[in-house]
Amino acid sequence: MPLLQIENLTVFFGGLRAVHDFHFNIELGQVRGLIGPNGAGKTTIFNLITGIHKPTNGEITLEGKDIVGLRPNEIAAMGIGRTFQNMRLWRHMTVLEHIKMARYSKLDYGLVGAFFGTSLRHKEEDDAEKRAVELMELFGISRYADQVVTGLPYGIQRRVEMARAMATEPKLLLLDEPTAGMNLEELGDMVKVIRQIKKEFDLAIFLIEHRMRVVMDLCERIQTLDFGEVIAEGIPEEIRSNPRVIDAYLGKEAEI
Amino acid sequence: MSLEDSTVTTKAAGMASIMTRLRHAFAQVPMLSWLLGILLAVLIEHFVGYSFAIGLGLSNVPPLLGVTIIFSRPALIPNVIVFVLLVYVLPIGGLALLSAPLMNRFAAKLISYPIFVSGLLHLALLYADLHIWATINDYRIYIARIILIAILVTLSLNVVNGYMGEFSCSHPGFMALGAYGASIFTVVCFVPNNVFGVTLLPAALGPFLFPLAIIFGGLLASFGALFVAIPSFQTRGDYLAIISLAFMFIVKSLIENLEIFGGARGFMGMPSWASLPVVFVWTVLGLLIINNFVRSTLGKALNAVRDDETAATAMTINTRRTKMVAFLFSAFWAGVAGGLLAHVISYVNPGSFGILKLSEVLAMVYLGGLNSVVGSLIGAVGLNFLMEALRSFEIYKWIVIPVLLILVMIFRPTGLVAFREFKVEDILNPKVETVKEVEHAAATD
Repeated sequence: MPLLQIENLTVFFGGLRAVHDFHFNIELGQVRGLIGPNGAGKTTIFNLITGIHKPTNGEITLEGKDIVGLRPNEIAAMGIGRTFQNMRLWRHMTVLEHIKMARYSKLDYGLVGAFFGTSLRHKEEDDAEKRAVELMELFGISRYADQVVTGLPYGIQRRVEMARAMATEPKLLLLDEPTAGMNLEELGDMVKVIRQIKKEFDLAIFLIEHRMRVVMDLCERIQTLDFGEVIAEGIPEEIRSNPRVIDAYLGKEAEI
Repeated sequence: MSLEDSTVTTKAAGMASIMTRLRHAFAQVPMLSWLLGILLAVLIEHFVGYSFAIGLGLSNVPPLLGVTIIFSRPALIPNVIVFVLLVYVLPIGGLALLSAPLMNRFAAKLISYPIFVSGLLHLALLYADLHIWATINDYRIYIARIILIAILVTLSLNVVNGYMGEFSCSHPGFMALGAYGASIFTVVCFVPNNVFGVTLLPAALGPFLFPLAIIFGGLLASFGALFVAIPSFQTRGDYLAIISLAFMFIVKSLIENLEIFGGARGFMGMPSWASLPVVFVWTVLGLLIINNFVRSTLGKALNAVRDDETAATAMTINTRRTKMVAFLFSAFWAGVAGGLLAHVISYVNPGSFGILKLSEVLAMVYLGGLNSVVGSLIGAVGLNFLMEALRSFEIYKWIVIPVLLILVMIFRPTGLVAFREFKVEDILNPKVETVKEVEHAAATD
């Protein structure tokens, strides 16, 4: 049984068909990529998987369980972590608070603990902090622990976001353009981070990416999306040489 | 340093060194010493304050450190300054400094016991200070309770407006629900009258069961908050502000039209059970619980929802539960405050829970500081002092206070002390480490 399986996924926004008949499956340990020009519907697919949008049609199952119609936080707690194209960090919170916050669904102390500071709360908060410290070390952001994220260097903010997603303990990690807006040095760094995640954790990674080098480098299989439809699917070499992909997407990139 | 070769520079340097030395000294003063110092000051005022004030040409002890006479009788300002200096500043500062070494050792011993031992001792001292200060005249007993209640309302509004970043205008409505809920509870249960007939419970039990009335008022306010909390799942920002404003008017009009509770004339008959110790206990309880809540990860989820709701929900945060808790929790404390207020003045009327109340509470929150327990304290105390100072201006105070608010918003948009909570342990601990920090800071200067 695949970790995540998507069948016939279709969504309309008013009269606009944003995604049409999308199929996908992924197993633990795999890295899959999704490419396509701007507005092709890539992020929409992520939003459908994570429950932010409801599909008009189709099935999404995580480890055999139907997740269509669940609330985003329930889906996240079941093991789908994600990052965002524009990061969406919480601008008044420190790095440590970000990562602890993503452990929300693992806290059982409830309101009584929150109001009165029971021993269970102290234990769970300490555990969350310990886990957060480990993650910060892994992502090399320990020295920023008590700094508010606003004002941190861009590459560091990206790492914070990645660490935050990993704190939810995902089985499937969705990365939405993890290298967007990065210079070459930061880009190399990010590829290393993603490789490290793959090595250290038992999970599957599904990523959207604009830079062909990164996708070709990281992914075992790639899908190409155009106007909400998959126009090509295969291993990196096949995608690179597919005329429809070059037409829709790569041609423009190659000129740059 | 000798001041004999008194060139300007050495004088300035001498002043600076005195200032740093004072800063050193005061940095080692633990909370216990401060409380003891205040105790000495209020005792002095209690025993010799009146005759001393008469001697200085004042008609009585200055009620609120003299702020009330700043505008009404400015000629007396120097006399009041002398009074405050001799009765408050010198005894507090002096005893705090003198007792610091001893109290540091005592505080260090105290923290080896469970934390509530030290906490209760501090609270007992704080209450003793407040009690002796307030019981000097009726005005102080009244204003102390009003300020304590204002602190509770400000904290509760800050949970929604500051921590969760929604602009809620419904707090006067929640207060009204709490005030009427608690008042009706006490009147029906304990006060014989010709509307509701005989009492349900023996009147003698009243003061002991009074907390139940307050809790009832709080829960009624929480119930009312459902009407704002549920729309908040779909709506945010301006639209939710409008909904909450509508809610406030609905509550006000509803009460005005319920003749059984006195309608627009108001409701009375409840005994003044909200004495100073009762209000003090409720405010401290509210402050500690709110402070505890906003420092937990569950409470910080409010900030996550405020800063980016989509990210919050993708990071497993149950945003609906978070919003529900924030509104109901906040409304509960507003209701408690309303219930207490009704039992301070033994009278409630719907007119006092309108736009003016809203502006007052908003001013306290935004003046003090958003997302801040400490700021709420400062805002509530500060604005009440200001309102008392401007009392002689009557209606013009509602020109001065808004202008002040505009200035604060321009120069410090998040308020005076934003983003600051209490760490209870830090307050109770002896202040020995801070000495090193100050020396370190001075050395690096």
